Amino acid sequence: MMASSYNAKEEDGHHSGAANHGGAGAVKSKKPDNTAFKQQRLPAWQPILTAGTVLPAFFVIGLIFIPIGIGLYVSSNNIKEFEIDYTGVDISNPCYVCAKNFSWNSTTPCHCSVNFTLTQPFESNVFMYYGLSNFYQNHRRYVKSRDDSQLNGDHSALAYPSKECEPYRTSEGLPIAPCGAIANSLFNDTLELYYIDLNGTRNEIPLVKKGIAWWTDKHVKFRNPGGNNNLTVAFRGTSKPVNWRKPVYELDSTDLENNGFINEDFIVWMRTAALPTFRKLYRIIQKKSSTTPTLPSGQYILDINYNYPVLSFDGRKRMILSTISWMGGKNPFLGIAYITVGSICFFLGVVLLIIHHKYDTRNNSADIPN
Amino acid sequence: MTWTSPLELVRDALRGQRARDKDLRSLVSNLPYEGLEKGKQPNRYFPGNAIKTTKYSLLLFIPVNLFEQFHRLANIYFVGLAILNFIPVVNAFQPEVALIPICVIMSLTALKDAWEDFRRYQSDRKLNNMPCFIYSRREKQYMGRHWKDVQVGDFVKVFCNEIIPADLLLLHTSDTNSVCLVEMSNLDGETNLKQRRAMSGLCNTDPEFEPESFNSIVVCEKPNNNLNHFKCFVEKPDKEKVGAGIESLLLRGCTVRNTDHAVGFVVFAGHETKSMLNNNGPRYKRSKLERKLNIDVIFCVILLFAMCLVGAVGHYSWLQALPGVPPYLVPDSSGHLNSPSLSGFYMFFTMIILLQVLIPISLYLSIELVKIGQIFFINNDVDMYDPDTNSRVQCKSLNITEDLGQIEYIFSDKTGTLTENKMVYRRCSVMGTEYPHKDNAIRLAVLEGEETEEDVIFDQKPQPTKTTRSLDGSLEGNNFVDTRQHHRGRRRRKLSRSASTDVAFSSELETEVVPDRMLLQQLSRAQSSSGSGMIDPYLDFFLALTICNTVVVSMATAQRQRPAAASDNLSYEAESPDEAALVHAAKAYGFILLARTPDSVTVRLPSGKELVFELLATLTFDSTRKRMSVLVRHPITKEYVLYTKGADYAIMELLGTPYAERLSGNQKNIAADTQHHLDCYAKEGLRTLCFTKKVVSEKLYESWSVNRQRALAAIENREELVMDSAVELETNLSLLGATGIEDRLQESVPDTIVALREAGIQVWVLTGDKTETAVNIGYACRLLEEEDLVINMSCKNKLLCTSLLDCTLEEVRRYSADPRNVDTTPDISLVIDGRTLTMALESDLRDRFLELAKCCRSVLCCRVTPLQKSRVVKVVREKLKVMTLAVGDGANDVNMIQAADVGVGISGQEGMQAVMASDFSISHFKHLRKLLLVHGHWCYTRLANMIIYFFYKNVAYVNLLFWYQFFCGFSGTAMIDYWLMIFFNLFFTSLPPIMFGIMDKDVSAEVLLGVPELYRTGQGAGEYKFSTFWVSMLDAFYQSLVCFFIPYLAYKDSDIDVFTFGTPLNTISLFTILLHLSIEIKAWTWVHWVVMLGSVAMYFIVTLAYSGICITCNPPSNPYWILQSQMADPMFYLLCIITTVVALLPRYMFHVLRNSIAPSPLLQARQLDRMDPCAREQWIKEWRSFRGSRGVKCSRFSTPSSSNLESPVDIYPQSPTVSDMGDEFTLNVLTDSCERTLHT
Repeated sequence: MMASSYNAKEEDGHHSGAANHGGAGAVKSKKPDNTAFKQQRLPAWQPILTAGTVLPAFFVIGLIFIPIGIGLYVSSNNIKEFEIDYTGVDISNPCYVCAKNFSWNSTTPCHCSVNFTLTQPFESNVFMYYGLSNFYQNHRRYVKSRDDSQLNGDHSALAYPSKECEPYRTSEGLPIAPCGAIANSLFNDTLELYYIDLNGTRNEIPLVKKGIAWWTDKHVKFRNPGGNNNLTVAFRGTSKPVNWRKPVYELDSTDLENNGFINEDFIVWMRTAALPTFRKLYRIIQKKSSTTPTLPSGQYILDINYNYPVLSFDGRKRMILSTISWMGGKNPFLGIAYITVGSICFFLGVVLLIIHHKYDTRNNSADIPN
Repeated sequence: MTWTSPLELVRDALRGQRARDKDLRSLVSNLPYEGLEKGKQPNRYFPGNAIKTTKYSLLLFIPVNLFEQFHRLANIYFVGLAILNFIPVVNAFQPEVALIPICVIMSLTALKDAWEDFRRYQSDRKLNNMPCFIYSRREKQYMGRHWKDVQVGDFVKVFCNEIIPADLLLLHTSDTNSVCLVEMSNLDGETNLKQRRAMSGLCNTDPEFEPESFNSIVVCEKPNNNLNHFKCFVEKPDKEKVGAGIESLLLRGCTVRNTDHAVGFVVFAGHETKSMLNNNGPRYKRSKLERKLNIDVIFCVILLFAMCLVGAVGHYSWLQALPGVPPYLVPDSSGHLNSPSLSGFYMFFTMIILLQVLIPISLYLSIELVKIGQIFFINNDVDMYDPDTNSRVQCKSLNITEDLGQIEYIFSDKTGTLTENKMVYRRCSVMGTEYPHKDNAIRLAVLEGEETEEDVIFDQKPQPTKTTRSLDGSLEGNNFVDTRQHHRGRRRRKLSRSASTDVAFSSELETEVVPDRMLLQQLSRAQSSSGSGMIDPYLDFFLALTICNTVVVSMATAQRQRPAAASDNLSYEAESPDEAALVHAAKAYGFILLARTPDSVTVRLPSGKELVFELLATLTFDSTRKRMSVLVRHPITKEYVLYTKGADYAIMELLGTPYAERLSGNQKNIAADTQHHLDCYAKEGLRTLCFTKKVVSEKLYESWSVNRQRALAAIENREELVMDSAVELETNLSLLGATGIEDRLQESVPDTIVALREAGIQVWVLTGDKTETAVNIGYACRLLEEEDLVINMSCKNKLLCTSLLDCTLEEVRRYSADPRNVDTTPDISLVIDGRTLTMALESDLRDRFLELAKCCRSVLCCRVTPLQKSRVVKVVREKLKVMTLAVGDGANDVNMIQAADVGVGISGQEGMQAVMASDFSISHFKHLRKLLLVHGHWCYTRLANMIIYFFYKNVAYVNLLFWYQFFCGFSGTAMIDYWLMIFFNLFFTSLPPIMFGIMDKDVSAEVLLGVPELYRTGQGAGEYKFSTFWVSMLDAFYQSLVCFFIPYLAYKDSDIDVFTFGTPLNTISLFTILLHLSIEIKAWTWVHWVVMLGSVAMYFIVTLAYSGICITCNPPSNPYWILQSQMADPMFYLLCIITTVVALLPRYMFHVLRNSIAPSPLLQARQLDRMDPCAREQWIKEWRSFRGSRGVKCSRFSTPSSSNLESPVDIYPQSPTVSDMGDEFTLNVLTDSCERTLHT
C-alpha cells in the first residue's frame, strides 16, 4: 500500500529536479536520499523468540552440556588430592606447641612433624601446596603495598621505594628491599616430606622448587637489580623486611640462582591470592619412572619448620598434595554445574515443546488486542 | 590616541549603560562628527553592526566551557568523586586514573561545543563582511563598506534585491511614491511583499536625497523583538515632531524588491536589530522520559548508598571479629591502625568511589548522542519531505524526540493546519440574495478531478524559492507579448510543473472564478441603471471586494522576480489568502484591482473605465475588532466612503440603516436574510465575511482625521488609541453582502485523524471559526462521525453553564453505565464555544469539564482566542497529567504550541511564527501521522529500552565488585584492573547501546502505519515503567550474582590470584552484557553485527595488548600476561560459556514464555512484519474488518487501501447534518461532492 505512494513522490521529485536545470540559481533540493540506511530500511534479521524458534537451541545446549559436564566430573574425580592441616589448634596436633608459642618476633625456629597416610598411590607428577585460610591477601591496602618497579630491578625504586609500601618502606633509615606488606608477610614455613617405607626408614622425597612460579613472572616481571652477579653488592644500602630473618639475596642457600627478587617462593607469594582461603604451589614432586608411582600409598611424615603464625587472625595452615589434570586441580563444581545446566536446558526444552504445541499454532491467526 | 583617565572611562561606560537603558533614545546623524575620535561620537553608546553569536572566545574557551559544563549536576558529582579519590585514606584507585572518565566525557562535550561555536563564528564572519554602502561626508558619496562598519546614525543605501544590513528608518526611495517594497520571508516567513514608506516631510522634497542636510533628531523606543511594531518620531530643527511606525522601518535581514534603491538612517544595529533579538537559539525542553529517568537515577543513588553502607558496616564488623592484628592489615605510615569504626566510616567513601559507575556517568552523554542520531533519521525521512516547499521535517528541540511516542492529546488548529489555507471563492450573497455560483462549483469539481490525476493540487505552495528565478528569461519574454501568448506560456509551465508548483494562487483552480449568471445580469442591470452615479449596492459590493484589502499589486515586469499569475501581468501579493481570493473573485466580475499605492487605489470597472480612489486611511485588521476598513474618496461622487469587511458577528452589531431600504424601498430585511445565508455557508464549511459600506460626511471626516493623526503620532498607548479611533468610525454601517470562501481540507487529513484516534490519541480542534463552520469541517475531516453523540455546549451565563455541564456529565455517565452500551464505546463528541469554554475553565467548573472531556472522543472548541487555546492546553496538561501535542501554523497558535509538551508547527501560508515557536515543524498535517506513529514510536521504544539497558549494564557490572567485597573483608579491593574497568564502560560496551538507541527497529514503518493501535504501547507509562526499571535491576542483580559466584565456586581454594580471578569475570561480564543486549535487539542489520562483534574484538585486542605490554604500569594490578595465560586455559572458556548461559537463561526464558503464551501487540506486529507485504496487507484488512464487526469502531473508511493516500482531499461524509444541530439543510453542491465520493 505504501509502495504506490512512494513511487508517485519519487517521480514528482524527479520532475521538478529536471525542470530546475535551466537556471543558474537552481536550488539544491533538500530531498533526503532515498537510501536504505537513511530511510531505515536496511535488510535485517528479525529473530522472534518464541517457543517454536528456540526449542532446538535448548536441546542443543542440553545435549552439549551434559557430556561436557560428565567429562569434567570424571576428570576431576580422577585427580588425587590429599590435604592435611598442621596449624596446631588442637592439643592433639603435633604443632600445637609451636603454634602457641610462636610469634613474628621469635628468633628460634620451631620444628614439628606430622604423620599421615596416603591410602592411594599418586601416579603422575604431584604438586605440593601450602594452603592458608582466612588470610586476606586481597585486602585493598595489602594488595597495593608493593613496588613493582623495585621488583623489576629498577635502581631508583630500590633506593626510593614507592609510597604505597608505607609503613614497610624504610627500616632504620634504609629502604626496604623488597618493600611493602606483601613481601613483609612472606610465608616462611619450610616443609619436608618423608616416606616411611615398610622397613620404617625415612626416605626423603625430592622436592623440586623450580618451575613453581609463572614463567613470565620469573623471567620478565621480577628481576634483580644489576643482573644476577653478586647480589650482596646489588642490594647494598637496603634493608631486609622487618619480619624477615634473612635478606632477600640469601633466601635460598642451596641455589644461588634462586635468590633475590627472582626467588620462586617469593614470586609465588607476591602473586596475591584472590580469595581468603587459598593455596600456593610450594614444590613439585616429579614422577621418576613409569613403573613406580610418584607417591606410593603408605606412611609419610611432614617435617615442618614452623615459622609462620596464623592464630592471630584465626588462620589455618595446610599442606596439600595433588595431581593435576588438563583442567587444573580437583574441583567437581564445574562438572556438576555443566550437568545441572544441561539437564535444566533439556527439561526446559521439553516444557517449551509442550507450550509450543499448545500455543504457537494459533499465532498465525492471532489478533492484536487493543 | 590620547590618554583618558580610568575614572573617565568608567564614567563613560556608566553613561553608555544609562543611554542604552533609557526608554527613549535620541539619535542624530553621524555625518557632522565624521573622522572624530570615538569619544566625541554622539551615538558611541550604541553597539555597532558587527554581530557575535559565539559563546566563547579563543582565550577563554576552556574556563568558560568548564563553567558551563559544571552546571550539570552529574559532572559535579563525578568531579567530586575524583577529588575524593585524592584523599589517601579513602582512595580506591590510583587518584590520577580516576580522573580519566570525567576528563574524557568533559573533553568530548567541550569538543562538541567548540565545533558548534566555530560554525557560529564562521557564519558571523560571513555576515559581518557582507558589502553595503554607507554615506561618507568626506567623499560626498556612498562608499562600499562592510556590514560590520555600519554604526547607529549612519546613512545606508540599499539597492534592489540586496539584503538590509541593519534596522533602517526609511528616508528616501527611488520610487516616486516614496515606497519601498521589501520581502520579509527571512524574518517571518510571509512571502508577500510588504510596503514600506519613506518618512514624509523630511528630505524627500528634493529629487536627490542629501544626507548632509539631515539635521533632525530621531527619537525611538528601546530595541525590542516585536517585528510588527516600532515607535519613533523625528524632531526637526524647528521642533516639529513627525511620527513614524513600523511602516517606515526596514528590518535587517529583509530583501529590497521592486525598488531601485532606498536610503535609510540606522536606528538599531547589530544585536539590537529586531531580527537578532528574534533569533533565539534552540530551546531545551526536558522530556517526560528524562524526568522519569532522573527519578530512577535518584533510586540508583539510594541503592549506591545502601551498598556503601553494607560495605562500611561489613568492614566494621569484619575488623571487629579479628582476634588480633593479622599480617595482612596494613597500618598507616606511622604504624598506627585505625579503629574499626573509623575504618568503617572511611570505607563508606571508598565504596562510593569503587561503585560510582552505578550512577550511569555516560548515560547523559549517550542519550544526547542517541537523540542526535534519531533526529538525523527523522530529518532524513523521505516520506515527510515536501517537494513543493523543498522542506524536510525540522527538529528544533533536540531532546524531546521520545515524547513523540507518548502523545495522548493533540490540540490542533483548524485553518492552515487541517485545511490548506488556500482560499477558493465559492458563493456570495448580495443584498439578501444568494448567488450559489453553480457553474463555478461544477468547474471546481471538474478541475479537481483532472488535477488530482496530475497530482497538482497539493503541489501548490507559495514559497518563492529560487527555482522561479530560473524561469525568468522565458517569462519576461512573455510579458511583452499579449495575454494569449502568456496563457500558452503558462500551459507550458504547467507541463513542466516546476513553476506552477512554486507560485501562490497561480493555478486556475484557485484564482479563476466562473461568474454566476444571475449575478452578472444583476450587475449589468445595475450598471446601466445607475449610470456613472456608482451608487448601486451591487457595484458597491464589488468595489468593496476590490478595495477593502491590503493586497499589493506587483507587475511581472518589475524587478520582483516572480511569474505573473493573473492576466494583464498583474500579480497580487496578499497578506492573507482570503484577500487574494476575493480580489480574484471581483476580477472575474470585471472589477480589476490595477494598482495600490499608499495614497490611492486604481480599479478598472467592467465598463473599462479606470477609477482612482484616493486612499485616506486603512484601518488594519486586528483580532479584537475582527474587521478591517478602508476609507477612500470616491473619484466621481467625491464622497468619503468607508468600506468595512469582517467576521459576521463583528459586523452585524454595528449595522445602522439598511442600505437597500433607503434605496429601493424594498422592505425585506437584508440583515436577517444575509445572516441566514451566512449560517448556511458556515454549515457548508465555508469561511464567511461580511461587507459593509458607510458614507462619511466631510465634517465627520475632518474631526476624525485629526484624532487619527494624533493617535498615530503617539508613542504611548499607540495601539489602543489607533484602535479606538478605528472603532469610532466603524459605526452605523450598511450591509452590502457576504461571501463564502472555501478552505479546502489538506490532503489525507481525515485518514490522519482516524489513524491518530485509533492510536489512542484524543484529538481536540481549537478554532476561531464559527461553530457551524467548525462542526462541518469536523465532519469533513472525520473528527466527528455521523453516529457520534454530539454534545453542543453553548451558554450565555455561568449558572446555565454549570447546570448544563452537570446534566451532560450525568447523561454521559448514564450512557456509559447503560448495560446496552458496555460493548460499544460511546462515541461522544463535544462542541463548545469560546464563551462557554471560558466559564468551563474557571476553577470551580474545571474539574467537571475535564471529566466530561475525558469521556469524549473528540472535542471541538470554536471561537477561541489564542490565549484561550493555550489555556485549554495548559489545563488539560496539568490537570489530567497527560502528554499533549499542539499543532498549528499561524501566529495565533504560538501560545498553544509553547504551552504543550510538544509543539508542532506547520510551515504553511501564514508565516513562520508558529514554526519558530515549535519543537518540530512539518509541512503538512498528514506528516503528523508518520511523525507520531512511526518515528515517535521508534524514538520512544529505542530510548526507553536503551535507558533501561544502561541502568542494567552498570548495575550488573558494578555488582561484581560489590560481591567481591564479601570475600576481601569489605576492604574496597577491585579484582579488575582499573584501566580495563574504564575501558569497559567507555569503549567495550558504550557503542552497542548507542547503536541500539539509534537504529533498533521493533516494528516496520508499514505495520506501524497500518495498525495505529500499536502506538498505545508508548502512552502513559509505556515501556519505561517503574516496574520495568526494577525488574531490570533485579535481573542485573541476578546476573551479577551468577557472573561472580560461578567463577568463585570454580576457583575456590585454588592458587588463583586477584587479577587472574578478575579477568574471566570481566570477560564473562562483557559477554553477558552484550548478549543481553542482543536478546533485546529486534532487528539485526549489518551495523548491529559490526558493532557487536567489533566490541568483542576490541575487548580482546585491547586487553591482550594491554596485558602484553604492561609489565610494571598501573600498580598494583600487574596485568602482565594474565589474559594470555587465561586464554591458554580451557577452564576459562568453559567458565565463560556456562556462566553466560546461566546468567541469561531467565531473561531468555521470560521472553520466550511471554512471546509464546501471552504475546504483546508489538510482538504480533513483528510477526506480521515477517510476512510478505501482500499477505501482510491482506491480514491488516481482515483484522480491521474483524474488529469492525465487533462494533468497537465501525468505520467505513478505515481500511487503508492504496488509493487512500492519493485520493482527493475532500471526502465528505454523506450527510453533514446531525440531529443535534437542528435544521435540515441540503445544498446542491454538497450532493455533488457526495456523489463524487461515492464514485471514487
